[in-house]
Amino acid sequence: MRRLIYLLPAVAFVALAAYFFVSLTRDPSVLPSAMINQPTPAFALAGLGDQPGLVRDEFAGQVVLINFFASWCIPCRTEHPLLMNLSRELSVPLYGIDYKDKPEDAARFLGELGDPYRRIGADREGRVGIDFGVYGVPETYVIDKTGRIRLRHVGPLTPADVARELAPLVKALQRS
Amino acid sequence: MRVIILAAMLALAATAALAVDPGERLADPSLEARARTLSGELRCLVCQNQSIDDSNADLAHDLRVLIRERLTAGDSDPQVLQFMVRRYGDFILLRPPVQADTYVLWFGPFALFLIGGAGLFYQLRKRRRSVSETELTPEAEQRATALLNDDKDNQE
Repeated sequence: MRRLIYLLPAVAFVALAAYFFVSLTRDPSVLPSAMINQPTPAFALAGLGDQPGLVRDEFAGQVVLINFFASWCIPCRTEHPLLMNLSRELSVPLYGIDYKDKPEDAARFLGELGDPYRRIGADREGRVGIDFGVYGVPETYVIDKTGRIRLRHVGPLTPADVARELAPLVKALQRS
Repeated sequence: MRVIILAAMLALAATAALAVDPGERLADPSLEARARTLSGELRCLVCQNQSIDDSNADLAHDLRVLIRERLTAGDSDPQVLQFMVRRYGDFILLRPPVQADTYVLWFGPFALFLIGGAGLFYQLRKRRRSVSETELTPEAEQRATALLNDDKDNQE
């Protein structure tokens, strides 16, 4: 029995090696968000061109999706066809924030691929993005009825992400 | 020709060493020095293993400008770091803070060293005791003395 103690270092080594091995398969570009369950940062953004802008306080009392996008962002193009149906599919309003972009480029981007957003705010300086903790577009946020951020998705949304993360959460939040 | 290449290389080296644009710098040298120090403490979230002081990423540029704005507005250094942590989490700090969930990180190596050291100390003490406890029988003692003396005779 006392001899077993000599195996302890070996056991500890195997446990550490297993932990590191599993960690190798995790994506280091997906960072934990500090903003989960925090109130949505206040913002009041102008719209694209002469369109109406976007103000945080108008979401009050409803579950909404906010999608940060940009015309210069390649993954946003991948995600775009999915966004076109997302609002209808989940019966939830989808708002866009155009991140560090020229309004005319964004207008061309949406003219070419379609406009999935109920309304769009132009975050030309990227300051609203920084308040949200955005470090790369696209990012998608789920805001609950009390105005708290409940989910952040970094990178382009896939149908699997919608089915696994977004749809159940949005449904649960809308019922609450 | 050589001179031109050399000049080009020097110019490139200079830009690589300094990601901070001259346009970003503050006129007040003490504020600028604080901004540089803070930039060195903050991780660029796009390139992750660089500080925002070293990074050419767009977001790093925005954060550098933001740091300078906060400092000009009268924020203290901890307030600026707090501002960043609220948005991006502890991950943005290149030096992880000492707090409950980082104790293993900070104190783990020392704990392992102490456990290993204690184990080694215990083993060595046990071994020394077991060696010193074996005494020679009188015959063996005599033989040993004889052999040692014999050796001495041969040397003389």
